[in-house]
Amino acid sequence: MSTLSYFPGCSLKDNAKRFEDAAFFVMEQLGSPLEELANWTCCGTVYSLTSDDLMRQIAPVRNFVRTQESGSDEIVALCAMCYNTLARTAHRINADEEERTKINAFMNKEPDYEGSVQVRHLLQVLRDTVGWDALSAKAVRPLEGLKVAAYYGCTLVRPDEVGIDDKEHPVVMADALEAVGAEPVGFPFEAECCGTYQIVDEPHLALEQSGRILRSAARAGADVIVTACPLCQHNLEQAIEALSAEEVEGLEKIQVVYFTELLAAALGADEAQMTPVVRDVLAACVPAEGGV
Amino acid sequence: MADEKLTQIFIMGKAYDVPVGVTIMDAMEYAGYRFTRGAGCRSGFCGACGTVYRREGEYRLEFVLGCQEMVEEGMHRTQIPFTPAPRTEYRLAELDPLENVLLQYYPEVARCVSCNTCTKACPQEIDVMDYIQAALRGDLARTAELSFDCIACGLCTMRCPADIKHYHVGQLARRLHSVSGSPIPEHLTRRMGELEAGQFNKELDELVSMDLDGLKAKYAERVIEKAVDPEEASA
Repeated sequence: MSTLSYFPGCSLKDNAKRFEDAAFFVMEQLGSPLEELANWTCCGTVYSLTSDDLMRQIAPVRNFVRTQESGSDEIVALCAMCYNTLARTAHRINADEEERTKINAFMNKEPDYEGSVQVRHLLQVLRDTVGWDALSAKAVRPLEGLKVAAYYGCTLVRPDEVGIDDKEHPVVMADALEAVGAEPVGFPFEAECCGTYQIVDEPHLALEQSGRILRSAARAGADVIVTACPLCQHNLEQAIEALSAEEVEGLEKIQVVYFTELLAAALGADEAQMTPVVRDVLAACVPAEGGV
Repeated sequence: MADEKLTQIFIMGKAYDVPVGVTIMDAMEYAGYRFTRGAGCRSGFCGACGTVYRREGEYRLEFVLGCQEMVEEGMHRTQIPFTPAPRTEYRLAELDPLENVLLQYYPEVARCVSCNTCTKACPQEIDVMDYIQAALRGDLARTAELSFDCIACGLCTMRCPADIKHYHVGQLARRLHSVSGSPIPEHLTRRMGELEAGQFNKELDELVSMDLDGLKAKYAERVIEKAVDPEEASA
């Protein structure tokens, strides 16, 4: 398999570095290494819903131009929010020649965007290109006995035109973890909102939302929640701290990690490279027998 | 002077006939302007003479240094000698070179929409937007490296729709990177030691006590360092 053109996003170079590090390891093991796009810029952070403010589409489009320049017609994102912003802009601008012409005219003196770049999330690559069997075959340390609640949030599955799975009952992340031996547990808040940016101005709103998600996953018996978004991850971590005094069965032991961290562990990542949280999760839940 | 070829340019809206083949700054002085601000090294290094012009019939503005760019027939130009972009106060020694330090002092960096207008306004041909994007993701080394040739003329900052103070961001990144991210050069340490030991005090005292004619003579006789050919140096 060949190299994949990869769009990181700002958080993955900062507070979500471990999300990216683990993804690099996983894709290396699977023989499709990620190659970071040269000179990428911010994805635009949030897809702009205004129909007449094309300025807000320039950040994602510029990344498509750079994807073109790298010789690829596909870019793979890891952060769910970056995926959403990039994919929605691609969906809109690829289909609208007039808007593309306006943006290209504004970006004068720079190469035109030709309208052919496709955006995929790493989970789509794992499901549709690598395949669960190939992933399973690489699991040198199967996560036997680990009960995992896959939390999708909003941006991976909505809106329909960019959703990577069913928006009410997504399975792709649970399937990935199941392929490496973990036991997925269903819970009803898997695709509810974590509270997003409200954590800055109205933290009680975000903590209420994330708290519901945490309690629901704990009641379902999960040892760990996996996420695909640095903001979901942050809000759930904050909620763990805020709710620690509450008495909900299972809440005291539940952890939150990025899905790539568990995949990397299953594919034989060095324990020394893992965060203490991931080491805890593995130590508590995976039987040592089997030799690893 | 009588047979000198002249061309017409517009300085702040007024037409002047100025000699062909001179810089914009020389043309202004030819037209009678005197610089008390907005002129410095006259060699393209200090960034004091940021200049904006539009060619006749063009819809785009061009951004140059007045001391470097030659006049062109029909050029409409004005100078931007100062950028009202106060630098945030900080004490370098007290800053931790963490990922979020640039955003902490210049939070408007997060307003960047990647329009690249700053890059197009840079007379130094720096990838300004790329270093602001590096700043956004906390990459101090890349911000420092990409902004290295910045002369702080401020044209990027005057053009930015997000009101980012690019050149201050770059400067803070370079300062932080030089303190924490790059090795201290050996020759600098050696020279600092020599200075502190007073090795050059005698020469300095001589200069201070010299009269004007003596200084002028010394300046005229100075030895100019020979430019090093990079190929020769590496061979």
